[in-house]
Amino acid sequence: MSHHELDARRLLCPMPVIKTQNQVNTLRQGDTLTVICTDPGALNDIPAWCRINGHAVLETREEGHEVRVTLEVGEPSIAL
Amino acid sequence: MTESAPQTLQRRAIALVSGGLDSMLAVKVMQEQGIHVEGVNFFTGFCVEGHTHAIRKKDQDKNKRNNALWVAEQLGIKLHIVDISEEYKDVVLNPKHGYGANLNPCLDCKIFMVNKATLMLNKARELAGEKGFDFIITGEVVGQRPKSQRKETMPIISRESGADDRLLRPLSAKNLPETLPEREGWVDRSRLHDFSGRNRKPQMALAKRFGLDDFAQPAGGCCFLTDESYSRKLADLWQARNERRYELDDIMLLKVGRHIRPAPHYKLIISREEGENRFLEGYRYQFTSITTSSCPGPLALIDGTLASDDELRQAAAIVARYSKGRTDDEVVVEVRDPSGVARQLPVRPATPDQVAPEWMV
Repeated sequence: MSHHELDARRLLCPMPVIKTQNQVNTLRQGDTLTVICTDPGALNDIPAWCRINGHAVLETREEGHEVRVTLEVGEPSIAL
Repeated sequence: MTESAPQTLQRRAIALVSGGLDSMLAVKVMQEQGIHVEGVNFFTGFCVEGHTHAIRKKDQDKNKRNNALWVAEQLGIKLHIVDISEEYKDVVLNPKHGYGANLNPCLDCKIFMVNKATLMLNKARELAGEKGFDFIITGEVVGQRPKSQRKETMPIISRESGADDRLLRPLSAKNLPETLPEREGWVDRSRLHDFSGRNRKPQMALAKRFGLDDFAQPAGGCCFLTDESYSRKLADLWQARNERRYELDDIMLLKVGRHIRPAPHYKLIISREEGENRFLEGYRYQFTSITTSSCPGPLALIDGTLASDDELRQAAAIVARYSKGRTDDEVVVEVRDPSGVARQLPVRPATPDQVAPEWMV
């Protein structure tokens, strides 16, 4: 199990979600990923994407104009 | 002891999910028949999504949710979001079936998206066999959209996408020829619908029956290309560049600010409020920018190249016109090039009649 970081700053939704999804598809169950964004929409969208696809949100945090979401990768699904 | 019934295979469908009501209902109709559904949502770059609300401060109280994700959560389905913005350029620039009322290539777009879903379906079948997918569904309704959702265009989409009879439209199926999932008995045709035309009442009634009362219904669909003023800005961009092409940044910037073109070779993109200011800030390393330093004011990007110092003064005067010092005799602006080199320039703010209405893109 390993920890990863994804810089999604300056990207507008849904790009931070797409980048998160694409990175999660390369990770293993139990790995953790922190996504750093500037679009405040990510604060809703990334946790929603996690709930839908079976990943756990460990922490969401706002720091100034930045949003950080940390998730734990759940069971893999068929990557379409 | 009775023998247990032979286990029937649960059939699986990929749904095109836009975030609107129709695709949501189409999924519900399938779930009601025991079909396992997963959604796919395509990002073209032209999507009308939460991000304009995210940019504009005054919109920040509005719902910032991504509707496709929200719909998927309500339906309890997985959602795969796919970035097709690069490949999509060819659909926008060279639509085989032409444009709708604006620069919306709706028919080519639908064919493209169903084709992508078909390729996903084929790939999943290859990888996972029966755990892959059996057919594709969309929320299309015959006669609902003048360009793409007509009785004549439905078979064109099925054929040209390569989906053929694996494409089912649950809301309009009874108006269309039988498809594979109906013929095979995976779904019961008699429990599908016969919606047609632009009347939304049947959808509303079905939504009510399913207990759905909170859904997005954007007037022009979920794409900026159906918007007249957006299409005009895109056409202006092509004309100014003497070629029909765009990058993702170009089409994002068309969603933000006031666009003013005083001369064919340059335009100003001027922020209208703090949120847009912050968004445009991120582009200052790509464009020469103008801000007001002697009073509060907007941030403007110069898209193109100024031919002379006179043009620079004209651009600066226009930017000053949108600052708090618009009625002052003089406003000092800072002109910064992409490498960060800045200089101060005092100007007299433009008067309203010095900004020609035809410059407004």
